[in-house]
Amino acid sequence: MVNSDTLASTNGEAGGRDWGKALPSAKADPIAATARHAPSQPPPELYEKRKSVHNKRIDGPFRRFKWLVMFVTLTIYYVTPWIRWDRGPYAPDQAVLIDLANRRFYMFDIEIWPHEFYYVAGLLIMAALGLFLVTSAVGRAWCGYSCPQTVWTDLFQHVDRFIDGDRNARIRLDKAPWNAAKITKRGVKWSIYLIISLLTGGAWILYFADAPTLFRDFFTLEASPVAYVTVGILTFTTFWLGGFMREQVCIYMCPWPRIQAAMLDEKSLIVTYKDYRGEPRGSLKKAKQHPDEYGDCIDCLQCVAVCPTGIDIREGQQVGCITCALCIDACDKVMADIGRPRGLIDYATLEQCEAEAAGKSTHSTWKALLRPRTLAYFAIWGGIGGAMLFALGTRTHTELTVSPDRNPPFMLMKDGTIRNAYTLRLRNMEARPRDMEVALAGLPAGSLMWTDRIGAEQAAFQQIITVPANETRIVRAYVTVPATSTVDEFAFRLTSLDEQGESDIAETTFASPTSQP
Amino acid sequence: MADKSRIDEPTGTEFVGHEWDGIEELNTPLPRWWLWTFYATILFSAVYVVLYPAWPLVERATAGVLGWSSRGELVEEMGRADLARAGTFEQIAATDITKLPADPDLMGQAIAGGAAAFKQHCVQCHGAGAAGYEEFGYPNLNDDDWIWGGELAEIEYTLTHGIRWEGSDETRSNYMPAFGDVFDADQLDAITQHVLSLSGKAQSNATGAELYAQNCAACHQPSGEGDQMQGAPALNDAIWLYGDDPAQVSQQIAYPRHGAMPGWSDKLDPVTIRMLAAYVHSRGGGEYAGEATDEVAPETGEVATDEVAVAPEDGGDGQL
Repeated sequence: MVNSDTLASTNGEAGGRDWGKALPSAKADPIAATARHAPSQPPPELYEKRKSVHNKRIDGPFRRFKWLVMFVTLTIYYVTPWIRWDRGPYAPDQAVLIDLANRRFYMFDIEIWPHEFYYVAGLLIMAALGLFLVTSAVGRAWCGYSCPQTVWTDLFQHVDRFIDGDRNARIRLDKAPWNAAKITKRGVKWSIYLIISLLTGGAWILYFADAPTLFRDFFTLEASPVAYVTVGILTFTTFWLGGFMREQVCIYMCPWPRIQAAMLDEKSLIVTYKDYRGEPRGSLKKAKQHPDEYGDCIDCLQCVAVCPTGIDIREGQQVGCITCALCIDACDKVMADIGRPRGLIDYATLEQCEAEAAGKSTHSTWKALLRPRTLAYFAIWGGIGGAMLFALGTRTHTELTVSPDRNPPFMLMKDGTIRNAYTLRLRNMEARPRDMEVALAGLPAGSLMWTDRIGAEQAAFQQIITVPANETRIVRAYVTVPATSTVDEFAFRLTSLDEQGESDIAETTFASPTSQP
Repeated sequence: MADKSRIDEPTGTEFVGHEWDGIEELNTPLPRWWLWTFYATILFSAVYVVLYPAWPLVERATAGVLGWSSRGELVEEMGRADLARAGTFEQIAATDITKLPADPDLMGQAIAGGAAAFKQHCVQCHGAGAAGYEEFGYPNLNDDDWIWGGELAEIEYTLTHGIRWEGSDETRSNYMPAFGDVFDADQLDAITQHVLSLSGKAQSNATGAELYAQNCAACHQPSGEGDQMQGAPALNDAIWLYGDDPAQVSQQIAYPRHGAMPGWSDKLDPVTIRMLAAYVHSRGGGEYAGEATDEVAPETGEVATDEVAVAPEDGGDGQL
């Protein structure tokens, strides 16, 4: 069905197709050519009213996949805070918990402390690389399926359909005057929006506190004000962004479409209209009369009607296309009805399209996924993930840091010995209290240590200190060396007195009147 | 000027009519709500200017009808913090200082509070690290040498009543006689040598020993261990308030300097003084009354989890 004239006219320049040029609609739009641009018309409007999108119901493989993704993502969102995870009596039993008050992040068996924030940074880097990977392989799949804005907009559009009916009914209702029926319908619809929004905002806060407790406190008005404020803000944003702003968030507010558009290349999967097969478009009747003059597109506008962002995919790649593939479902259905092969609108790479348009054989889509760029992204992504898992698996749960007093750096005692003071931080990352031994390493015999709680009369070469579960205990330690000692460097050794026997060593200095500053 | 009615071929968008060196501006209309949002921000700023401090004037900014100010907010927050601390203060006030170490949590709070008060009231003389200044005779509070006693109660007493402070009848006071007019130069030299010999810094001699026994031993004790009851410093240790150089020791015997410290009972409340005493005691040289081990909180068993939140030293970054 490839029309050679069209191809010649649109495929002329060296180096490939000009996808912008392949669109007769803009140029040929009679309104654009006359009414809007006649010299006698007033200057162009700099602002425009939003054109409401009333997308039509469609069923098909991609729509069903979208249902599945929506179900899975919403389930994860709502169920996760309720999963329990036993960590013993000293730690919360919530599987996923961002405990801001105590500065801990729990995720199943992983527990992140503030000083390990690099794990979170690593996760964010992985998320960014994951975005690169997914975008270079399957285009804007994130936008089309799993972005919360997409999922909630989809949900709200189903509410529209449920209350107001399908596309045509909604367009009629939009234009209808504000009579009792319309007010009732709008009231019911917006109430459902509000309930969904409340559930959305309400579930969010459960990630930040013990879910069952907070859930009860929330309704008995005993939760902290910040909980209500957070729910309020998220309810409003969900209601407003999901219920009313919808595709405008993607088009005007969100940076992802720009970033992702910059990351697409000719080998990325996109939802594209195969104009070489569809053009010139014409009604079914015309196409029947002159089968040689028309392409497969019968200009039925089903692809436009089902689009949740209200674009015409036949105009080519554009920032408004979130690649949700509903137009593929719609077009495939029409193609089946008129007895043409499916895939006039389809997931394809620009390279595939070019080859197909030129009549060459095309690579399989799988080959498009596995190419150096995606493999490199995957290697880096997996490398970082593997390294983090390894680090998490092998990290010690006992840590000691030492900072020597600088003012005064040393202290002369009555008996002539020199004393130094240190602030020790004993970190116990186990969810139980542990006895730990702090010992001096590299100091001569006769050196003594005591702390702010263990008096000088109990001074010894090592001390045993109990560190509470999941805590860092700060201990002020005092160390003296015999008067004859000239040591100026030593270390504290921390050993956990349990079957783990973990240890950490922290080197530090011993200042004395003779030591160099 | 470019023609407004032309449209850009590839995009089908009309030109606005602006051109710079062949680069022309296309008209991509902004959404109308964007414009309204812009107007809303203008309205917001107008309301804000009326409600909050906004226009800078010579002395201060315009007040704003809400009367809000960052200083006022600070005062409010400090008030709330004081309120939150009130319970701990009451507890400290009700606890005798000798019983404080038995409650590790409360002791930790007292030390932290004392560290804060120390920075405000004490560092001027004793220094930020509480190490004192030898050249001025401000004593070091970190060591284990105490002129007037290093137990908690004694430190609290010193803080309350001061040393040679006219503000209190019970102030700690003594005056070492000046021997500059009593001894001649040789005698002064001899006794200086003897005093230094008490801590092994010099060789003793008969004249010095005799003079010491007659003039000094009553307060400083025969072997030089001093007497905290009288505020007579120990002479047999390594720590010298005014220096251990023979000239400095000799100077102190001939024409002694007498340090003074103001009592704080007229400036600070008893709780703050108690917390300061706890802090000074915790600097590593504090003494314990009698069987010291009974006073010290043993390092065993349960430790209140929030105890570790109290950074005893620097009040710094807590448990991070």
